[in-house]
Amino acid sequence: MKKISLSAVLLASSALAGAAYAETVLTIESWRNDDLALWQEKIIPAFEAQNPDIKIRFTPSAPAEYNAALNAKLDAGSAGDLITCRPFDTSLGLYEAGHLTDLSDLGGMANFSDVAKSAWQTDDGAATFCVPMASVIHGFIYNKDAFNELGIEVPTTEAEFFAALDKIKEDGTYIPMAMGTNDQWEAATMGYNNIGPNYWKGEEGRLALIEGSQKLTDEAWVAPYRQLAKWGEYMGDGFEAQTYPDSQNLFTLGRAAVYPAGSWEISGFNNLADFEMGAFKPPVQNAGDECYISDHTDIAIGLNAASPNAEAARTFLDWVGSEEFATIYANALPGFFSLSSFDVAMEDPLAQEFVSWRGECGSTIRSTYQILSRGTPNLENETWNASAQVIKGEESPEDAGQRLQDGLASWYTPHQ
Amino acid sequence: MGNSRIKWHIVVFLAPAVLVYTAVMILPLFNTLRLALYTEVDQSRVFVGLDNFRTLFGDPLWSDAFWNALGNNFWFFFIHMLVQNPIGIALAAMLSHPRLRFAAFYRSAIFIPTILSFVIVGFAWKLILSPIWGIAPDMLAAVGLKSLYAPWLGKEEYALTTLALVSVWQFVGIPMMLIYAALLSIPEEILEAAEVEGITGMAAFWKIKLPLILPSIGIISILTFVGNFNAFDLIYAAQGALAGPDFSTDILGTFMYRTFFGFQLQLGDPHMGSAIATGMFAIILTGVCVYLFLIQTRIRRYQF
Repeated sequence: MKKISLSAVLLASSALAGAAYAETVLTIESWRNDDLALWQEKIIPAFEAQNPDIKIRFTPSAPAEYNAALNAKLDAGSAGDLITCRPFDTSLGLYEAGHLTDLSDLGGMANFSDVAKSAWQTDDGAATFCVPMASVIHGFIYNKDAFNELGIEVPTTEAEFFAALDKIKEDGTYIPMAMGTNDQWEAATMGYNNIGPNYWKGEEGRLALIEGSQKLTDEAWVAPYRQLAKWGEYMGDGFEAQTYPDSQNLFTLGRAAVYPAGSWEISGFNNLADFEMGAFKPPVQNAGDECYISDHTDIAIGLNAASPNAEAARTFLDWVGSEEFATIYANALPGFFSLSSFDVAMEDPLAQEFVSWRGECGSTIRSTYQILSRGTPNLENETWNASAQVIKGEESPEDAGQRLQDGLASWYTPHQ
Repeated sequence: MGNSRIKWHIVVFLAPAVLVYTAVMILPLFNTLRLALYTEVDQSRVFVGLDNFRTLFGDPLWSDAFWNALGNNFWFFFIHMLVQNPIGIALAAMLSHPRLRFAAFYRSAIFIPTILSFVIVGFAWKLILSPIWGIAPDMLAAVGLKSLYAPWLGKEEYALTTLALVSVWQFVGIPMMLIYAALLSIPEEILEAAEVEGITGMAAFWKIKLPLILPSIGIISILTFVGNFNAFDLIYAAQGALAGPDFSTDILGTFMYRTFFGFQLQLGDPHMGSAIATGMFAIILTGVCVYLFLIQTRIRRYQF
């Protein structure tokens, strides 16, 4: 009896070993649980068709828990082979801790510009440790039917923007703007960093802030808060307790006219909204001013240094840098724009509208992401709080600027 | 002579519990205390003694957040003591009334929320209180009190109290059950004797039953204290790790989580996180000791 079971175990184990020998299974860690279907139906089959001996498993976790969960898994040695990279310091920290491999020599890297790679490089640019996948662009999505019904033109300047909101409010059919402050991050990401680049002149202001030659108390950095302070009255009743999904639903159900957005909303909204949508870029101060948009490097993918399947993983990463991947990704996920230098054709009209701004305006990334959120207090998290407080009218724009500047100066030498 | 022999059966019977408890509770606890004495410099762990605590209590950036969280925690506890336990006792007193019909039904219905997950409770109450889809505004409107409605979870002055009351709703079944059991264990003879002396109804509750259930109330208070100071889940489920609005619902648990695991662009700092966890441990330990040595020893017990 014992002999039989023993040989059965041996047989089973040799069968398993045989299977493992024939194909390598790569596991991907990601926070994009919304993309599960896209990976399973499009990206993975396309890759596996070319590389039959490599199998890919996409295992996402919830966005809010991703960083904490990933760190815990990496420390415990149980993380997947491929790691989806958050931009800047979160990933830089992983690289410095030896969790991510230097990918500078990867063939596919040649297809990305320096700006695209900047979010996943060491400060001196010597090593790149993640293959850039996509960026997201900020702007406003609006309900075209509502605008037509009320006879509102798409606003291009601040004055037109508030005139449009006033008109919607007066009419009363629609909530002028779908946003809440319960989750806080929308106020900063879709509020402050959406409209801000027009005031601090994109990269110019962002780099000056890092350098220390501009301060968060300067007019360029306080002015966006002054705009936000006016937003509160255009939001729905009880916006203080309105969550992010609430805002999405309010807009897609056709109850709100304008949605301060990131382009990542496009695919979700396309599925839900049964009215025609349009997009406009953040309004400039005066007609004819040069415009700036937040074209934020958002997502990349790197190699877990502890992965036993490094060879297969590199094959996959190389493919992520290819034109084929860029085309599949950009079209399957309208709103996530490829960072590669290929000219990727996109079919979605809303996505085309967003990406067309790249040609008209100066691009920048979110002001708080590079270097400035390294210390305590964390500038990004403080900006969430300040933006929400300003919208609710519980803190004045000047006080918010002063508080953030004091916090930054407390640990960041160029500001001391 | 016989006493010096090792009683192996005791060791054997204790071993599983001791081993499991040591592995999953005692070791991690001491490791956390130890971790609080280190910090990370250039990818390596360095011993810094009490520096983390100096930062936590000395640096206004940290100490303000800590005192804010501690204050909120006390308010959270205060609401529980003020609302949950008296209601629990009142419910138990009503349930133990011999002429109450459907007592078993009420008992189960009130106890059921206790077994629900925090995530469900947090999510359900967020929906109920939502200014957009919630039934709270409509229900208030139905009785003509719409003007009383506010987006409670989004207002700094109400959010913490609202969440404390949600937690009370969830856990009121526990004091109710414990007190109910204590009330049932009071012998009939005592109540009958009291009746003969002319003490009935409310007077019987205040003069006979309440003194007899005081030890149970003590136990419930300490359970509430430990539960509240370890609380985290409900706040996290309802308000997220930033415990908005403006940290008004931040309690020690969420503060520790944010620090230990990091949040969004803020990287996790296990060492400062452990320092906060050690602080929580000290507070809870102090509370429990105060109860054990000062209060419990003074509660009079009655033997039946």
